[in-house]
Amino acid sequence: MFYREAGDFKTSYREDNQTFPIRLDRAGYWIALIVAFLVIPFFVNDYWVNAVFAPFFIYAIAALGLNILTGYAGQVSLGTGGFMAVGAYSVYKLMVAFPDVSIVFHVLIAGGITAVVGVAFGLPSMRIKGFYLAVATLAAQFFLVWLFNKVAWFYNYSASGQINAPERTVLGVIVTGPNTEAWAKYLISLVFLVAAAWFARNLTRGMTGRKWMGIRDMDIAAEIIGVNPLMAKMSAFAVSSFLVGVSGALFFAVYLGAAEAGESFGITKSFLILFMVIIGGLGSIFGSFAGAAFMVLMPVLLKNVLVGVLGWPTALAAELEFIIVGALIVIFLILEPHGLAQLWRLTKEKLRLWPFPH
Amino acid sequence: MPEQLLFAMEVTLNGLMAGVLYALVALGFVLIFKASGIFNFAQGMLVVFAAMTLVGVQQGQVPFAHLINTIFGTKVHDFGWTVPTFLAIIVAGAAMVFVAWIIEKYILHHLVGQPDIILFMATIGMWYFMHGFAPLMWGSEVMKLDVGLAQGLNDPVLNATEALFGYGFFLDNLDIVAAVIAAILVASLVLFSQYTKQGRAMRAVADDHQAALSVGISLRFIWVLVWSLAGVVALVAGIMWGSKSGVQISLAEVALKALPVLMLGGCTSIPGAIIGGLIIGVGEQLFEFAIGPLVGGATQAWFAYVLALIFLIFRPQGLFGEKIIERV
Amino acid sequence: MKMKKLAAAAVATLMVGAPAMAELVFPSLSYRTGPFAAGGIPYADGYADYFTLLNERDGGIGGVKVSVPECETAYNTEKGVECYESTKGMGALLYNPLSTGITYQLIPKATADDIPLYTPGYGRTSAANGNVFSHVFNFPANYWNGASAAVNYVLSLNNGSLEGKKITLLHFNGAYGKEPIPTLTKLAEKHGFEFNAIPVDYPGQEQKSQWLQIRREKPDYVLFWGWGVMNQVAIQEAANIRFPMENFIGVWWSGAEHDVTPAGAAANGYKAVAFHGVGSDYPVFDDIQKYVVDSGKAAGNGTNVGTVIYNRGVYAAMLVAEAARKAQEIHGTADITSSMMRDGLEQLEITDARMKELGMEGFGPAFSVSCENHGGPGTAAISQWDASAGKWSLITEFAPSDMDVIQPLIDADSAAYAAENNIAPQCK
Repeated sequence: MFYREAGDFKTSYREDNQTFPIRLDRAGYWIALIVAFLVIPFFVNDYWVNAVFAPFFIYAIAALGLNILTGYAGQVSLGTGGFMAVGAYSVYKLMVAFPDVSIVFHVLIAGGITAVVGVAFGLPSMRIKGFYLAVATLAAQFFLVWLFNKVAWFYNYSASGQINAPERTVLGVIVTGPNTEAWAKYLISLVFLVAAAWFARNLTRGMTGRKWMGIRDMDIAAEIIGVNPLMAKMSAFAVSSFLVGVSGALFFAVYLGAAEAGESFGITKSFLILFMVIIGGLGSIFGSFAGAAFMVLMPVLLKNVLVGVLGWPTALAAELEFIIVGALIVIFLILEPHGLAQLWRLTKEKLRLWPFPH
Repeated sequence: MPEQLLFAMEVTLNGLMAGVLYALVALGFVLIFKASGIFNFAQGMLVVFAAMTLVGVQQGQVPFAHLINTIFGTKVHDFGWTVPTFLAIIVAGAAMVFVAWIIEKYILHHLVGQPDIILFMATIGMWYFMHGFAPLMWGSEVMKLDVGLAQGLNDPVLNATEALFGYGFFLDNLDIVAAVIAAILVASLVLFSQYTKQGRAMRAVADDHQAALSVGISLRFIWVLVWSLAGVVALVAGIMWGSKSGVQISLAEVALKALPVLMLGGCTSIPGAIIGGLIIGVGEQLFEFAIGPLVGGATQAWFAYVLALIFLIFRPQGLFGEKIIERV
Repeated sequence: MKMKKLAAAAVATLMVGAPAMAELVFPSLSYRTGPFAAGGIPYADGYADYFTLLNERDGGIGGVKVSVPECETAYNTEKGVECYESTKGMGALLYNPLSTGITYQLIPKATADDIPLYTPGYGRTSAANGNVFSHVFNFPANYWNGASAAVNYVLSLNNGSLEGKKITLLHFNGAYGKEPIPTLTKLAEKHGFEFNAIPVDYPGQEQKSQWLQIRREKPDYVLFWGWGVMNQVAIQEAANIRFPMENFIGVWWSGAEHDVTPAGAAANGYKAVAFHGVGSDYPVFDDIQKYVVDSGKAAGNGTNVGTVIYNRGVYAAMLVAEAARKAQEIHGTADITSSMMRDGLEQLEITDARMKELGMEGFGPAFSVSCENHGGPGTAAISQWDASAGKWSLITEFAPSDMDVIQPLIDADSAAYAAENNIAPQCK
């Protein structure tokens, strides 16, 4: 009744192709942005930022990156953790080497470095396809982590191989290090997330995105109609790795503040982000958000309910968390196999007709 | 003979033994992949669950003791009996068949005909579920697994090589046993799939689900069958690895080693899994022996994947995978 | 959005449900699940049980009850952050996260929040320099003391000379395992032994090639820095290649009952460095049995009392409690804040007489902490496993480690941290 497109006339292609064609959606989008930028920062405290918002935003950037590669271009990657490590260690070296340059540039350059590494490990995708490609990215994952663990230059020869983020500022506001205010941490992550989502959305609905989807759906057919597979696959690897690198840089510098290659960027991270993308919905920007939210917020929520409200022992609660998340994944699949994004799309379809289904 | 060569021979021998175990884990994946096109991410958790169940039954532990104690305020821990190993293995095997039946009935049955990625996702869900369920049932402390397998240096091999080369080779008794059992298991699986009615049905399903259905093969039965077989393979792998380290949740990581083996051998080929396992087992040990000390060691972490990658660049479908034919 | 509201409600209840006033809060960031649960469970039990004992027997510390809210980290740094933030608001006085990764994470955070960190026998070794790490305490011993104690012990076996001997370090390939390498390299120069390090990657289920290498190179001694499944496998593999167990020496995190029992009789004679007593032959454990376990208030099922890691939890809790007492004494108030707690830790003094009063005579060394030295005396003993009796026993006295070698390393590493983070020395 309230969510409808009646009376919403489009007079140009531009209007017809916009991201949110329905007026209510557009309004919702603007309201969400306004709330996120202008309201929440005044209310967040350390707990909400460190346990909820910062990990959610940063994982969402990584999920966006992986979704471009896997969801849009159809190239399976299990090297996300390794690429995040590249971002993290690049930003660390840059922060220490050029303390006077704004951290924003460091993060972007770290993303650029990751893009180069990503393209290098993406080259085998020219020959290896489908599930077999996963091994190439797995090689990247394990080799990169090993490298960062082994070569002392990456962690400035500290005794243990841990890297620590020194204090850096943006426009005079501290955004890394222990003295960061909750709102600053929140905003810097949010700014990068919104920029990443805008970037990803506009790339995927344009020429580049269509080429990627062509390659995904059938690469030979795409090649015949004139898509250059080398350029398409490499650009997907580059863009994806760039976003993953940015996410890794923020993960280390803004969120954790200290990291170690094997512990923070191991294979489990690669799987976690792949799960986010798959559960959220392959080939969907919204899906990346939904998947990240599900995988980050669900355990926190369950923990708070089970331990905080019901007062269960922590070990039992931790085990039940796994059981419930696992069961939810299976139940979602049986109800709606194409991820949370599809579930959302269906809900909206139903809402348009509500309360008159026929 | 020069010392280095002898060392290399010893390393190769041990690599082969490790390779057999990799092959065994990879086999669990291949069985399911062939029959249902599912890449079973939860295989590692099946290993943990099987091994935990075995020890739990053997020690007479009360399942879900912690949960029961929390809810009812009781203090139960074990039944106070121990079950003979042989019986415990049978019970654990039966439990794995039961798990297979549950998985088929409540998960796979509802997902027939869905794309592969969805089925893969379902196994992710199972992985999460079992990651919580296994320790909830049996606790998260290290469980000592003892089924009476010999461990330690094999003296006949040591003495024979000592007499022959002047340097005694190290070979673990457990590895020898594992290799023999794995070989028997693999051989019987191959025979089963080649020469029995169920085996032929299994291969038919692997070839084409719908064609198999149309000639009256029960898809449900075949799926329960392959998942049970995978469960039994998991149990054997769990016994082998658990004897060395005790049973704990990190056993699940062993399954990751199967990934490069699968890629190298081709996901659909049983001989591929075996040869792939051996190549990787020997390859990574030899590489660590020859190159490891020069670059600071711990190269096993990535060598298997790089090796598989190099192979794949030349043979994109794996060593024994079906040739990929692409048409528009 | 609905989810967030629910979470908000949950957090709100958590905050309200938490003890509000006049309680000393020592959150326990424990891990009773995950790959390292076997070590995490007894530690968390010991830590909680000692505080329960104080509540039950003495009515708390200085008349104020202690509460130990637990938060499960599963040894995962991100969960550690969540746990830190969620318990911080309860008025946490001190954190003891039992994870090197989480410690690194919390060092800058907790310092900024003015909450002390206590990391006995783990964490960042150079935090022993209180001049740089104002809020981190790792007395009575750290990894470098442990490495040195092992070498000293080996020295004593060889009449004070290791010329021409070969010592290999088998270590976890991560921050924790890499810690002792600089110290051992320096000690090798000093004593003239040959040193090499062999890394094992997480989780350490497969160590065949490492042990084949050890078998080929035939080192005289193997030192061992492992945790989790790596311990059980290493001890089994050492037995397999028939490495003499008495020459295989683990650090304190590789020397618990559950590490040696899977290998059975083959583990007999394995040694581990220890910085506190073993066994339950101390009066304090009778009290724990009486006031805590028998009355059904134990954190675990009570079977862990007297095991190595449980004892470590008790020891850590005891030192924390003593520091809290000290803080109450300095500031003249029973209801202390985290900042006062820090002062208490910094002026902590443990005497043999006090240890006796606590029913822990000889359990640990007597020592005092100062503004410059947050690392304590760095004394350690060697313990050995007797498989037939099924117990650990100390075979040496607590002996000092080689501070001539360690102190310069601590100074260098902490100076690098201070330079990277612009930290001015805190001590006058």
